[in-house]
Amino acid sequence: MGERGTSHSVTVEVNGEKVSRIVAARQLLVHFLRDTLGLTGTHIGCDTGNCGACSVIVDGKLVKSCMILAPQADGATIETVESLAQDGALSPLQESFHEHHGLQCGYCTPGMLMSATYLLRQNPEPTDEEIRRGIRGNVCRCTGYVNIVEAIREASRGQATERRSVQATAGEEV
Amino acid sequence: MTITSAPVTGEATKTWSGRAMPRKEDWRLVQGQGSFVDDGGMYGQGYAWFVRSPYGHARIVSIDCEPALSMDGVYTVLTGEEAKAMCEAPFFAIAPPPGSLMQEWPLAVGKVRYQGDAVAVVLADSRETARDAAERIVVEYEPLPAVTEGVAAADPTAPLLYDEAGTNVVWHGVFDYGDVDWALENADHVVKLDRLHFHRFSSTPLECNGAVVDFDHGTGMVSVLSNYQMPMFAAMVIGPTIGVPMNKFNFVTKDIGGAFGLKIGFYPQIAALALLSKKAGRPAKWTEFRTEHMLTAGHGNERTFIDIEVPVMADGTILGVKARAFDDAGAYLHYEPLGAVIWSQVVPGCYKLKHVRVDYTEVVSNKCPVTPNRGYSRMQHLWMIERIVDVVAHELGLDPVEVRKRNYVQPEDYPYETPNGCIYDSGDLPRSLDIALELAHVDEWRARQRELGTGSGRRIGIGIGSTLDSGTNNFGQSRIINPELPFSGNGEVAIAKLDLFGEINVNLGTTPQGQGHETTASQVAADILGVTPDDVTVSTGFNQANNAYVGFSGTYASQFAVTGLCAVMGAAQKLRHQIVKLAAFALHADEDEIELAGGVARVRGDEERAIPFIGLANMVYTNNAGLPAELLNECDLNARYAYVPPFEVPDTVAKTGNLTLTYASQVHVCVVEIDEETGEVKILDYAAVDDCGKRINPLVVEGQVHGATGLGIAASLYESLDYDESGQLEEPSFYEYHVATSLDIPNIVCGDIESPSPFTPNGAKGMGEGGGAPLHAVCSAIQDAIGAGGPIVTDSHNHWARVYEMLQRAPGAPRGVEVISRSAGSDTGATSL
Repeated sequence: MGERGTSHSVTVEVNGEKVSRIVAARQLLVHFLRDTLGLTGTHIGCDTGNCGACSVIVDGKLVKSCMILAPQADGATIETVESLAQDGALSPLQESFHEHHGLQCGYCTPGMLMSATYLLRQNPEPTDEEIRRGIRGNVCRCTGYVNIVEAIREASRGQATERRSVQATAGEEV
Repeated sequence: MTITSAPVTGEATKTWSGRAMPRKEDWRLVQGQGSFVDDGGMYGQGYAWFVRSPYGHARIVSIDCEPALSMDGVYTVLTGEEAKAMCEAPFFAIAPPPGSLMQEWPLAVGKVRYQGDAVAVVLADSRETARDAAERIVVEYEPLPAVTEGVAAADPTAPLLYDEAGTNVVWHGVFDYGDVDWALENADHVVKLDRLHFHRFSSTPLECNGAVVDFDHGTGMVSVLSNYQMPMFAAMVIGPTIGVPMNKFNFVTKDIGGAFGLKIGFYPQIAALALLSKKAGRPAKWTEFRTEHMLTAGHGNERTFIDIEVPVMADGTILGVKARAFDDAGAYLHYEPLGAVIWSQVVPGCYKLKHVRVDYTEVVSNKCPVTPNRGYSRMQHLWMIERIVDVVAHELGLDPVEVRKRNYVQPEDYPYETPNGCIYDSGDLPRSLDIALELAHVDEWRARQRELGTGSGRRIGIGIGSTLDSGTNNFGQSRIINPELPFSGNGEVAIAKLDLFGEINVNLGTTPQGQGHETTASQVAADILGVTPDDVTVSTGFNQANNAYVGFSGTYASQFAVTGLCAVMGAAQKLRHQIVKLAAFALHADEDEIELAGGVARVRGDEERAIPFIGLANMVYTNNAGLPAELLNECDLNARYAYVPPFEVPDTVAKTGNLTLTYASQVHVCVVEIDEETGEVKILDYAAVDDCGKRINPLVVEGQVHGATGLGIAASLYESLDYDESGQLEEPSFYEYHVATSLDIPNIVCGDIESPSPFTPNGAKGMGEGGGAPLHAVCSAIQDAIGAGGPIVTDSHNHWARVYEMLQRAPGAPRGVEVISRSAGSDTGATSL
């Protein structure tokens, strides 16, 4: 990329695939994902860590990828929005955002989905208040958050129902 | 490869319009597969970075680009003077003199007029190199005194932004309807307000502006891949400046990450990038960053109303209003001074005010240029009207609900002609208000408010915001600003096509930014062509090469449901007509025997006699020998339709005419709790009732109501753009500009009624901007919480510190309001409350 100055080797596992690249020392993780790896689902909205459009999951933790340098992620396992759908099937959260009109322009959506994915891993059945706290770092300018909260709530209920039925089945087997 | 006819997924006889269908666009967007402007590019592109002024107002003494040009990886630098030398004229001016003397070029020439004004632009082989190079460019400035307040800017002694204009006043006009002097003399009360201020804010789309521009020296084509929301307006403004005819532009948009009107303002950047590309001989890619956006991308109109007088009868009937308005356009006129007339689409607001005089002045100041922002120009005026209605109730001790209901345009009054000749098409405001009051549990909150009483440290307030969302402009209103302008009417284009293998495709002239056009256009086309919405592919975004546009094409000003969808309807009907004609020929039947269902044309009652769409396409595209020439001439399976709403040119002297086609309405009710110790305002309950006529997709409509409400609440309590006296923006990033989060916006309960528009082919009304209802409702609620005898809420922005100050203001201090009452039988018995 014509970048002059020091460079670093970065090896990460992104969405299950191991990749190594030589990058400029000052490259942000979000630019590494978007420009170097071409994973443009992760967006940039503010440059200051306020908007959350660049949210990804790094080693199991929710991270705003404009707030760390790519070399700092060396060795990490990274999940981006591109990992959510499996074999052409949307994840329950993605389905629920669609069903409940939880997105309009779609620009905040990848970051919002990653925050919501993280939230439901930590707290599978959040209250509305907990959902609002869970996505407080993700700005949406289109929806007034109403349908996003609804989409996350309904996805969690759907997953909870599924989980209970799995547990019940498991119980029967025992 | 298996070739099959694309459609035929069944369910073809259902009616799709009117259904709350989840959107088709979502599939790619939830997977991060949207195509936003920074996601793409052009071969061989360089990366552009603008050099911007740190001063609010300064003379440019010198620019030394050498330190940048000597860096490895820098392709070129373009300065303001150089850009001007490459241009044929300054940007087209909407205003007559003196506004037309306030010239703008792609980059600043001679002086900078606001913080962030671009003086040069660098092109380099990477974003980082371009940014480093921009920092090395040495610009010497001589700072000048700045003016950053609208009323002050109009003063002849204020620092001048444009010496050649001799004034900061862009445009001045008096809008005088009815006889307001008579009304003021004959009213039982005259309520006077010193000043109301509608603050400056921006809906800050989460995706900043961006463009990749290529100036092709071989063909002369200028290709613009951008997220600009009104492409042909940009072409019309910058074409004559950079010497490019309309047929040498190719504007393209794809997914756009929110716009709200603000993506109309960056055509100077597109022009600068075209010149930069021309100079460098390679495409120039620019992606705005957030601070650049906050400083330069455009802010909403700030408007100050002074000397407001409201004649009111004893029973609460408001006769009209007289006011002076000062609108602050910022440093350059982007789309302005159109705002100086666009507000007059809603002169009396939701009410039957008969006598209105607004003395309107638009000025320039050393602040970011304003750009249309959701609710553009009408919202500011509607807020003023709604404040005075609220203050009248408050000061005269009348029930705010009753005062509104008494003064509303009544259901039986439609179509209702306003004092300036606009026609309100339909609605039921009293019912909307009743529903909103119920949804916000107002009876319970009134009881709670009484219980709370004084001394609890908390106050509850209940507020109402009644508003209009006028849609489908008559661009003839621009001639009220400048009679020489060659604009009137409006329109939109759609092309419906049956493709080679029978696929149905629709191209639009619009630039959706989340409004779900691909879905609603599919719903409309599916009903007409007898298929499902999934069988209709709607191309994403705008592409000039599709030829689906008029000069006003784009997505703005609450009009898609009318202009866009009526164009789709027309195009689909034309295509249907061709399909039926071809099928009748192929099946040896009469045209009126043909029905379309499931991607097949068949003879009604004889389903064996049928031909799939692929067969019809084959007849036209690839197997047409022997077909009658007449049939082929008429049926090219490529149906273009331009919807043109019925408009006349307004009377530019009287400033009257039908300025817009439809009037959606919204009534909001807001319940707040104020903490007396901190001034913090918390919303306890919020309801919005929308009436936008026939809804094509209620899910999308409700989403628009949520969105406009969220942005309005954000502006009323959290978001404000303020400048210091030297012209420094105090909120240049999301750290300082408190963009509302999920913790700031409450749950919004929606209600709806449908009053179909008699003026549109589909009964729909444009909607989406929302008319700033939350600003009205929140101010009204705070006013209610302050209670009788307290100060008047005079600002549209009420963050905690301002609310705290109002609560602390000493009894007897100026309240910002005065009531002059005529006692019975006397016309002089004035009392001041």
